[in-house]
Amino acid sequence: MAKRIDVSGLTAYYGSHKAIEDISMTVEPRSVTAFIGPSGCGKSTFLRTLNRMHEVTPGGRVEGKVMLDDENLYGSGVDPVSVRRTVGMVFQRPNPFPTMSIFENVAAGLKLNGSYKKSELADIVERSLKGANLWNEVKDRLNKPGAGLSGGQQQRLCIARAIAVEPDVLLMDEPCSALDPISTLAIEDLIGDLKERFTIVIVTHNMQQAARVSDRTAFFNLAGVGQPGKLIEIDETERIFSNPSVQATEDYISGRFG
Amino acid sequence: MKTDIEPTHTPAGTPPRIKARSTGRAGDKIFLALSRGSGIALLVIMAAIAAFLSYRAAIAISKDEANFLTAFEWNTGTEPMKFGIAVLAYGTVISSIIAMAIAVPVAVGIALFISHYAPRRLAAPVAYVIDLLAAVPSIVYGLWGALFLVPHLTGLYTWFDEYLGWTGIFSYQGGAARSLFTVGILLAIMILPIVTSVSREVFRQVPKMHEEAALALGATRWEVVRMAVLPFGRSGIISASMLGLGRALGETMAVATVLSPSYLINASLLDPGGGTFAQNIASHFKEANDNGRDALIASGLVLFVITLLVNGAARMIIARRKEYSGAAA
Repeated sequence: MAKRIDVSGLTAYYGSHKAIEDISMTVEPRSVTAFIGPSGCGKSTFLRTLNRMHEVTPGGRVEGKVMLDDENLYGSGVDPVSVRRTVGMVFQRPNPFPTMSIFENVAAGLKLNGSYKKSELADIVERSLKGANLWNEVKDRLNKPGAGLSGGQQQRLCIARAIAVEPDVLLMDEPCSALDPISTLAIEDLIGDLKERFTIVIVTHNMQQAARVSDRTAFFNLAGVGQPGKLIEIDETERIFSNPSVQATEDYISGRFG
Repeated sequence: MKTDIEPTHTPAGTPPRIKARSTGRAGDKIFLALSRGSGIALLVIMAAIAAFLSYRAAIAISKDEANFLTAFEWNTGTEPMKFGIAVLAYGTVISSIIAMAIAVPVAVGIALFISHYAPRRLAAPVAYVIDLLAAVPSIVYGLWGALFLVPHLTGLYTWFDEYLGWTGIFSYQGGAARSLFTVGILLAIMILPIVTSVSREVFRQVPKMHEEAALALGATRWEVVRMAVLPFGRSGIISASMLGLGRALGETMAVATVLSPSYLINASLLDPGGGTFAQNIASHFKEANDNGRDALIASGLVLFVITLLVNGAARMIIARRKEYSGAAA
């Protein structure tokens, strides 16, 4: 079930360094929201606060509220582990488990959540791989190691692994930056399909990509080195790329800096 | 007017910047000779050891009136010589198995604690103390084993006898606990540091992205360890264990100090008796005559072969799942 994300007053630290400051935004369900901005502006950090991965980094600390529908992810009784089971993540570099086969990789998250019958597991793995547009390429070698696939296939395997557990939200941290243009296109097409079922947030350095895949775009910026990153504006992607309301956004998009 | 794209001419006398071969430098030649020389020297030394052991062993075995592989006695002082390695092979293998069974799980646990569980303030001192254990000389372990471990184990062995005595291997008749099991415990403590520190280094090298992959799926810390850390570290744990096993198989002074040797194989691991190759050599080498020394060398050859077989087996285990090892990632 896709859910709405509602962030208010979110600030994140690395030790004493404030990485992002006072971010508030709403992410609509069944839509793709892209985060753009120069390096170091905290867009990846912000993404990682949405599934409580930020605090895994030593010294990582978060203040503020992230509501997933009506549940605060940073509420006092909330287990970060259970948050990550409902908010899936795909990383910059494809990271299938090297010691597992393709099948085991997709089933990895399911095995954490409980016991499944063999046939059930096979069904879900097939459905997830089809969902990630990878089934036809790997159906004859499900028992081969996942690390033996090409980079683009590995990334789609990681997406299959993430969607196998039916998360409410799918976070993607520059999922195409390590891939060639053809694999990138495959992932972008896939994102278009996946938004029918999931709330998708994608960080990207590639503005054309943001324009191609997203419904809404958020622009992050920082005042200078060592300053915390801030959300400058978030709006319909079309508006951001044609007629943004803030001058800095226009400067960034037209390539005047960053 | 001169254009600035005019090529700059090499002044006469300077050598051309690109040479035919870049290996002609002295440093390269010296390094090549050094590394090739060390590699060859290693092989030559190994071959020389094997040849020496085989030659002397052949002399001894030709004079052996008993079956060298199966005899339960070691009589080399008088003619005819009667000696066999059955007891020593059994004792060496059994005490090492006990040591591995105790040390490897504990070492992996400590290594995981240091690399993944302990706060950084605690991890460094714990790692240091474990490494310190490796610096203790083996005779000190032997003395500690004989003076502390042996008297304190009688209680445990009596308990074993009461509840597990029916198995035969855990029966205990009382008396000093100078048995193969005690040797195994002592060896476990001795190999703990090497197994721990090698495993720890392997666990530290698990790529962050594999751990994050597990975390992002909603894995708890233990599940991260099980999904990402242990599978990645598997071949490293095997290598670490082999290093430890090498030490356990060859340990001499500590075993000789603790064990009460005999040329019998006890069904029980807890009753005194038995022996190991290294302990037997240490105990007999000084008073042995030439024949006796050859006999001891013959037993040393068997230990050499056992060690080679164990290492070969470990390599096969590591190679079998190479494509899953994560080396490609």
